[in-house]
Amino acid sequence: MSAVEVTAAELGLCSCHVCALVSRPVPGGGPSHCSRCGSTLHSRKPASVTRSWAFLIAAYILYIPANFMIMMSTGSLVSFRSDTILSGVVYLWVTGFWAIAIIVFIASIMIPILKLIAITLLLVSVQRNSTWRPEQRTKLYRLVELVGRWSMLDIFVVTLLAALVQMQSLAIVKAGPAAVAFGAVVVLTMLSALYFDPRLIWDPLHKERKL
Amino acid sequence: MPDTHLPIIACHECDLLQREILLRKGDFATCSRCGSVLYRNLPESLDRTLAFSLAAAVMFLLANTFPIFGIELQGNRMAMNLVEAVHSVWNQEMKLIALLVLITTVLIPAFEIIMMIYLLMSLKFQRMPPGANLILRMLQSVKPWGMVEIFMLGVLVSLVKLSHDFIIIPGVAIWSFGLLTVLIAAVAASFNPRDIWINVERETGREVSG
Repeated sequence: MSAVEVTAAELGLCSCHVCALVSRPVPGGGPSHCSRCGSTLHSRKPASVTRSWAFLIAAYILYIPANFMIMMSTGSLVSFRSDTILSGVVYLWVTGFWAIAIIVFIASIMIPILKLIAITLLLVSVQRNSTWRPEQRTKLYRLVELVGRWSMLDIFVVTLLAALVQMQSLAIVKAGPAAVAFGAVVVLTMLSALYFDPRLIWDPLHKERKL
Repeated sequence: MPDTHLPIIACHECDLLQREILLRKGDFATCSRCGSVLYRNLPESLDRTLAFSLAAAVMFLLANTFPIFGIELQGNRMAMNLVEAVHSVWNQEMKLIALLVLITTVLIPAFEIIMMIYLLMSLKFQRMPPGANLILRMLQSVKPWGMVEIFMLGVLVSLVKLSHDFIIIPGVAIWSFGLLTVLIAAVAASFNPRDIWINVERETGREVSG
């Protein structure tokens, strides 16, 4: 048999989230500080599930204007067009910029959707004390943290184009209201993932053993 | 075999307690249950990170001084550097977007580079700098918000999009940003906060593993 798996929390220990020193918090319930680096000690991120949900729900709400409002308007002497995120990708595709269309599709459409679904799944499973595939769920969390930032790509593109293409009647690019909403979705989902505590995924395994 | 002289560590992703093991140079230890990286043993971490940070500081200055690229259409030219671009978007009443871009591509990378140099320079001269704890904590929390590498991809996407209608004039800063991206990645890959905490323990006289 393999060695018994014990978590720090089960032994009343706390691992510092800054310097990783394992120590025993001062009994009595008041805030304890790490003896090595002085950070406040938390066994789990405080109010992790509540905060993570709050940011996630806000992100869901803003996801709607982000996708249905105008992201970018492009005008020139001969043409004028306004694009949402999706129509912008379609336009890139039909005008032959396949590689760019795929990059923008992944960063602006696929990653945000998968991220919203993934964090929802993690939060629901944690709230139901699920013991289902903790390792896979931890990997999912790691993936969300790793790729979530890349959605910011479109914000940078819109900024550069809107700043640079300002030639009065010849050519003009303007950022639309969806840019703000989309930027907010990226920031809110990042905050939601940051407040989520992956150790909560593993806690039900230990509660089960105690019964 | 686990050595009972080595300290106990808890995985920051699944909270499993386990005993540390000694690592060869360049190796990293992973959690036996969830597989997350627990700590690394990076050779000459301090010197390398300091060198990369100093190079990144120079690149950062170049990247923010010169224009990224310019466009030309029927004799009209436009070229600007990053801060000018942010300013232009700010004036177009997209203030939140301008702020978001300024924070993620200018302010946070600048903060990270300056703090890293301050921290490592002090350690190089054998002393813990005042406020080191606070700086390390701040560096950890701002880390996800520094987005130079994503901005770099944004520059490339913009270039391709604009190449359809405009003549593109590449600026100095496009190369500087490319190198800055690589250098910031190198700083992140070579920096080992664990070394700093081990330093702290040595000073306070507690027993730790190398």
